[in-house]
Amino acid sequence: MTHTPDDRFVSVAPFDPNPALLEVERKDLDAPNWLLVWRKFRTHRLGLISGAFLLFCYLLLPVIGFVAPYGPNERHAEHLYSPPQSIHFFHDGEFLGPFIYPMTSEANLQTFQWEFIPDLESPRKLRFFCEGKTYKIAGVIPSDTHLFCPPEVFDEEVVPFFLWGSDRLGRDVFSRILYGAQLSLTVGLIGITVSFVLGIFFGSVAGYFGGTIDWVINRVIEVLRSLPELPLWLALSAAVPSNWSPIAVFFVISIILGLLDWPGLARSVRAKFLSLREEEYVRAAEMMGASSGRVIRKHLLPNFLSHLIASATLSIPAMILGETALSYLGLGLRAPAVSWGVMLNDAQNLASIEIYPWTAIPMLPIVVVVLAFNFLGDGLRDSLDPYQQ
Amino acid sequence: MQILRYAIYRFATMLLTLWVVSILIFIIINLPPGDYLSNQIAELQASGQSAGVAKAEFLRQEYALDRPLWQQYLIWVGFFPGPHGFSGLIQGNFGWSFEFDAPVAEIVGDSLWMTVMVNLAAVLFVYLVALPLGVLAAARARSWVDYTSAFVGYLGLATPNFLLALILFYYGHKHLDLPIGGLMDPIYENAPMSWDKVKSILVHLIVPTFVIGTSGASAMMQRLRANMLDELGKPYVETAIAKGMPPRRMLMKYPLRVAFNPFVADIGNLLPSMVSGSVLVSVVLGLQTIGPDLLQALKSQDMFLSAFVLMFVALLTLIGTMISDVLLVLLDPRIRYEGRKS
Repeated sequence: MTHTPDDRFVSVAPFDPNPALLEVERKDLDAPNWLLVWRKFRTHRLGLISGAFLLFCYLLLPVIGFVAPYGPNERHAEHLYSPPQSIHFFHDGEFLGPFIYPMTSEANLQTFQWEFIPDLESPRKLRFFCEGKTYKIAGVIPSDTHLFCPPEVFDEEVVPFFLWGSDRLGRDVFSRILYGAQLSLTVGLIGITVSFVLGIFFGSVAGYFGGTIDWVINRVIEVLRSLPELPLWLALSAAVPSNWSPIAVFFVISIILGLLDWPGLARSVRAKFLSLREEEYVRAAEMMGASSGRVIRKHLLPNFLSHLIASATLSIPAMILGETALSYLGLGLRAPAVSWGVMLNDAQNLASIEIYPWTAIPMLPIVVVVLAFNFLGDGLRDSLDPYQQ
Repeated sequence: MQILRYAIYRFATMLLTLWVVSILIFIIINLPPGDYLSNQIAELQASGQSAGVAKAEFLRQEYALDRPLWQQYLIWVGFFPGPHGFSGLIQGNFGWSFEFDAPVAEIVGDSLWMTVMVNLAAVLFVYLVALPLGVLAAARARSWVDYTSAFVGYLGLATPNFLLALILFYYGHKHLDLPIGGLMDPIYENAPMSWDKVKSILVHLIVPTFVIGTSGASAMMQRLRANMLDELGKPYVETAIAKGMPPRRMLMKYPLRVAFNPFVADIGNLLPSMVSGSVLVSVVLGLQTIGPDLLQALKSQDMFLSAFVLMFVALLTLIGTMISDVLLVLLDPRIRYEGRKS
């Protein structure tokens, strides 16, 4: 900035005909809304990391069979409750690449348990991009290539590899956690879709039309919100017939989880509608003969859809935890299906936590995913109003 | 006087809500095909035991299960005369548990009080923890107190309650010698109230209270912190500091008073999730509350028992919400008596 003798101020900075529109610090807010939101969201470090992590998890779901060394229900009768094994790189100070020590099992006649002792003499190399059990990519394309497999079989001696141990039937906990993610992570998405549709429908009808409909819907919301969720979830899932297929049970359970979640959403939708329906542009649209459905969809909903998405992100964790609790109590998903709650069913008593602590490992992905959804939701909520400093 | 009128109004709406809830619960309970008795009759007939069939048939008539559903509902609530005249929930007859072959009232018995006690303890815990920590986190925002409490809160929010219960139980027993399972030592189970029994119950309550209350306490703490931070930025706080008011007194006297209302109002939102949590935790830890009864009854389709437990749980939350609403009006005269606008 220079001060010219005729009392004008002139910027000394060279003229830039094409200022970078994508620059984060740019204060002239002429970019489209999504760009502004993205700029603000990018500064929210924790939310960004969580979002990337969740995206990665969901992208991994269709190809989970590639990452998992074993199938979800593959049993190793010789290795029940085998403890977690670690991957080693150096044997006797010599670099071998990733390998494991095979476990030898021995029955302890004092405690009547199998005891596993690593055989430190014979390192066995892990194989990568190897052939294993056949699985289906996205449930359609059959394939048998795995990211990593247990060591090769020598002299008919099978050396299984359990990264996170095996459970009471000798199934690999690590593989089961990966397969369990398929159900545990989608349960929240289906549930939130149900809750979204119901919440937006009832909320917008109540807020837009008002009067008696509003009163009725409002009372329903109040009743549902005042009820404890879990007992009702329990009662509803107890009503699912036991002869249904696991897939059908899965869908019904996700719908049940969504059925009790919509009142909160409907309430905020209704409050928004009440304030927005008096705006001039709504009246203008009505005068031009737009039907109420069109006014709701084209003029009102886009106003706060982003807020709804943020609040939806925040209520997915509740559903994931709900599914876990239901399955844990034995009223949710059932045995051949694998979910984190079903797996935790094994860690149901103190004895298994004491003796086989690794059966409680499925708790870790639950905690991580729930935290990630919370952080992502917080980040989205903070950045969705880009005009607010 | 006005507050009394509001309390009565609030009580009436609660009753109305309870009535709607009873319909809802009755529908849910009757969703599974068949009922306990007809299943039993089919089973008995298949195995050729006719004596049992006669008894089951008798019970079916006795409890009006052979009538249309709407009549069953009215009889269950007590709006409509059953085989023995008016005898439903309103008249204090909670029905018959087919599985245990005893009146529901006898089976739930003491566990009702235990449920109330566990939940009360959890609510107390939430307030006792959230109030000081929330104020502290706001007053020392962006310090280690703030971050640690936020971290613990997030963990409490994200860990499944039942696992937290198991883990705390395990380590509590191992390192602190806390008792495992139950709500009191077995020797006190049928003993009359005594100081030792109370002590035993209190010690047994530590872990369940902590587990049920943690997520609620952390949510409440975060909200109190946010409200406090809003207040702390206002000019009157600056004035008070400028005039040389001791910080602690200033904090307690003005911003806390303003931030306190949402704190009380929130219990209405928190209570349902806490009652949910108490049911789950009771099942896992084997507490003698109605949680395990509910699970058992739902699994075996013992409909009167599960319906009663569900009704009781709903009643508990409704009463809690009502009390918090009335308290809020007492606390904040600005709130209109016609009821809260959403």
